[in-house]
Amino acid sequence: MKLVEHFVEGLNSPICLTWELTYACNLSCVHCLSSSGRRDPNELSTEECKAVIDELQRMQVFYVNIGGGEPTVRSDFWELLDYAIAHDVGVKFSTNGVKLDKARAAQLARTDYVDVQISLDGATAEVNDHVRGPGSYDTAIRAMENLYEAGFGEFKISVVVTRQNVDQLDDFKAIADRYGAQLRITRFRPSGRGADSWDELHPTREQQRQLYDWLVARGEDVLTGDSFFHLSAFGEELPGLNLCGAGRVVCLIDPVGDVYACPFAIHDQFLAGNVRSEGGFQGVWQDSELFAELRGPQSGGACTKCSHYDACQGGCMAAKFFTGLPLDGPDPECVLGNGEIALAKLEMDTVIPKPSLDHSHKTTRGPRKDGGPVPLTLSVRRPDKACDTDPLAGEGRRLPAGIRAH
Amino acid sequence: MPTTAAGAGPQAAPAGVDDFDADGPYRISGSVSVRPESFGALVYDFHTRRLSFLKTRALVRVVEALADHPDVHGALEAAEVPAHQREQYLKALAGLAKAGTIQPRETTT
Repeated sequence: MKLVEHFVEGLNSPICLTWELTYACNLSCVHCLSSSGRRDPNELSTEECKAVIDELQRMQVFYVNIGGGEPTVRSDFWELLDYAIAHDVGVKFSTNGVKLDKARAAQLARTDYVDVQISLDGATAEVNDHVRGPGSYDTAIRAMENLYEAGFGEFKISVVVTRQNVDQLDDFKAIADRYGAQLRITRFRPSGRGADSWDELHPTREQQRQLYDWLVARGEDVLTGDSFFHLSAFGEELPGLNLCGAGRVVCLIDPVGDVYACPFAIHDQFLAGNVRSEGGFQGVWQDSELFAELRGPQSGGACTKCSHYDACQGGCMAAKFFTGLPLDGPDPECVLGNGEIALAKLEMDTVIPKPSLDHSHKTTRGPRKDGGPVPLTLSVRRPDKACDTDPLAGEGRRLPAGIRAH
Repeated sequence: MPTTAAGAGPQAAPAGVDDFDADGPYRISGSVSVRPESFGALVYDFHTRRLSFLKTRALVRVVEALADHPDVHGALEAAEVPAHQREQYLKALAGLAKAGTIQPRETTT
């Protein structure tokens, strides 16, 4: 039995665990996979987070990918980071860079077993800020400069490939080289607010081919999170697992402790349980009915008759789900065009699933009348009551600068 | 998926592991953690941050037995690796030594 077949049946513990610490974020990226913006009053407390880390240590989850929202706006972020590292749980965290000033960069450079991933979705401010919001390019570049100057070493630059930045792959590589960083590019999914920006931003079929050719020619030292396995149907298999890992080797713990099959599948249909339940995270990972189902035989539907099925395995579950396609149907970006045909056949009254949660900022982004920033400061304390979902609620300590509502 | 990290990345091999010596004593490296799985085990090196796999349970037994034996052959014996497979296992162990997963052990006597 090949190793990958064992992965299909699931492992004792996940290999790739994403943990989103908060739904709060200073940005409002139009493709945010978790529809983040405002903190959730029910988010795990510091002590609850530490209990999860203890559990991950017992389960020998060697490292977690921490994200959000913007994880560094949690006031206990640095405490949790140190706690995880001290308990043999290495941390890679994703950030837009808002908190990575020179002092933090120096602190991170002194810390072992931490990896930093700066999100950047355009190699120019114009392309990046269109998706991530005004000023976000400068923030990211400043954070990279700080890490570079502090001698952090090889951090990662994380790019979601879109219609607008697919021509900039070489430029991203150049930025990564400039700061001694490693480039990581991943697939855009129609998850969270990504559902609303999908039609505008997902790469065209021609661009999928362009991306595939680039990965084959230049992708050797570029990380992909194995997220482009649907492109393997173009020809040679891309390096990596070429397998949907949802519930098998991958899962998500969200800020309120809910465990989903995959970071791109925040929907009740993919909710396996909650870390606050009696069996904790381990109970959910090992005993949830949903995960048992995902680890069982999957129906590939009509795709199994396709000669490329072995290469693409039917593509991404979340991409199908949030575009309204059946899970045993083709990926919306099927390189043979079967996804487009299936999408065209969807009935007018097809109900396309919406994410179960939406923590988006209630204000819309855009130019303001006075042109200047709104001098809002975010509370770093959790709101007192469930109804206080607004980050301005409560009277906690204030963040003096850097965090401004865009 | 971090599996692509296995075998990737420039890692300077610790001194002395290029010449794997099956007659010498070895042990699992201090920065390495072994997680049992149905097929064998996941191996994570906290130092190099590389994830790799021990693809059979027998190999896991061998790796864990290394520290208790004066040479690699003793560990193969203890893990009941059949004679005709020894060559293959020695090759795998040489690879693990090269990757820094196992390392030569100082003998106390």
